[in-house]
Amino acid sequence: MAERVLMKGNEAIAEAAIQAGCRHYFGYPITPQTEIAAYMAKRLPKIEGGVFLQAESEIASINMVYGAAATGARVMTSSSSPGISLKSEGLSYIAASDVPAFVVNVQRGGPGLGGIQPSQSDYFQATKGGGHGDYRMIVLAPATVQEMASLTVRGFNLADKYRMISMILADGTIGQMMEPISFQDIQVETYEKPWALTGTGMERPHNIVNSLYLKPDELERKNFERYEKYAAVEAAEAMWETYQMDDAEIGVVAFGIAARVAKNAVAAARSEGIKAGLIRPITLWPFPKEVLRQAADQVKAFVSVELNMGQMIDDVRLCTGCKRPVSLCNRTGGMIPSPDQVLASIRAAVKGGN
Amino acid sequence: MKTTQILIAGFGGQGILFAGKFLAYKGLLEEQQVSWLPSYGPEMRGGTANCSVILSEEAIGSPIITAPDVLIAMNLPSLKKYEDAVVPGGAIYVDSTLIHEQVARTDVTVHYIPATQMARDAGAGNLANMVMMGHVLQSCPELSFDGTETTVQKLVPAKKAALVELNLKALQLGRDYEG
Repeated sequence: MAERVLMKGNEAIAEAAIQAGCRHYFGYPITPQTEIAAYMAKRLPKIEGGVFLQAESEIASINMVYGAAATGARVMTSSSSPGISLKSEGLSYIAASDVPAFVVNVQRGGPGLGGIQPSQSDYFQATKGGGHGDYRMIVLAPATVQEMASLTVRGFNLADKYRMISMILADGTIGQMMEPISFQDIQVETYEKPWALTGTGMERPHNIVNSLYLKPDELERKNFERYEKYAAVEAAEAMWETYQMDDAEIGVVAFGIAARVAKNAVAAARSEGIKAGLIRPITLWPFPKEVLRQAADQVKAFVSVELNMGQMIDDVRLCTGCKRPVSLCNRTGGMIPSPDQVLASIRAAVKGGN
Repeated sequence: MKTTQILIAGFGGQGILFAGKFLAYKGLLEEQQVSWLPSYGPEMRGGTANCSVILSEEAIGSPIITAPDVLIAMNLPSLKKYEDAVVPGGAIYVDSTLIHEQVARTDVTVHYIPATQMARDAGAGNLANMVMMGHVLQSCPELSFDGTETTVQKLVPAKKAALVELNLKALQLGRDYEG
């Protein structure tokens, strides 16, 4: 058995990023994710080629990511909700330039400056856009410290594979908590990057990284091509976990920390004879539509458990075609529902009420 | 299935998070599943601080503790805040140097340890947290004092070796206290 160490979720992201080959970190501090920057500040300067840079702002740091990504480097930034809003312009440019980048959002309560306690209220921002224009990011939602590490490595791999942004959408709880973790199963994939700006050596034409297309037909073609790539990601990369779904009549849907609370509630519901089960999307984009579509033929109702005013619930309704009632069990602003609150929602779903 | 949920609460600066880390590391070394969740943010340094530690034989669901089996209260506001949440049959450990009130509940086991005074008298002024831990490990049926030394050695960096001795001393004081 590999040695298990205790680490905070934020530290696990940083260590996994280094193991995945990330040598460039650009960021600006914000609670509750600053441990990522602190870890990188300590480690990267000691590694050959390692660069840690605390930029003057979030906007500067995301553009540094854009620049480094254009050279084909494995590069990342991390922030929390308001900081991600600031970075969103850069995310749109990076997406439009088809360069890979890895971004972490350890969410806190919003909107506005909000608070510093855990939240999932950037689901829309992460999965539907955030920045302007037609683009997508791969969005990964870890529920354990181990997944903070494994999904970080996967995030870097997928970003390079598809030349896309991949984002870890975590929350303050998973970022701050410690759990045992092992780095034994880290699987780093590497991809050729013939498009990267590395200098031609007078041996090939110039590569150009750009997001400006003034001719509409050209821009349309670019977008069509990009969406073909997105379709391939949707077909191949959805991830999810199910718990007690085999005979479930109530399907609880939750991601991240909410899924852990929901799991306790599902176990409690089972112990009082309610056939509840849990579907935990691990990728929020691509959303695991198929498993939900199938569940809609089996369950009587869904309960979406979220740390926001109801965001993922829209995707649950969309991909189940509103075939079954979907109720919301939520807290927001930095509050987290208790297993009892989720259990009450499950009981209500059994009775057909919301 | 055995799961123990432990909530440690007090002032920032009392080593609440460190005490939790100690329990979590001990669980890790004993091959248990563990989770450690701190309160974070502006409550550090002088405000209230708390830390949730879960030790279990199986995978841990929610790391958030709403009904602790064990409450370790290092100041009065923490006792007041969490006393009612403890499960019936659970245990409450009170630092009686700083908390002069009695626990009102009668359906839990209560331990009063003058940990702050004991640590001060022993020249380990800041280590009331570890005095409490020593007593908790000794008296709580789900926990054990065995392996404390290894845990402290793992937790305290080698360059601060003097602190290993001091922490062990504080733990032993707590273990040997017979209220």
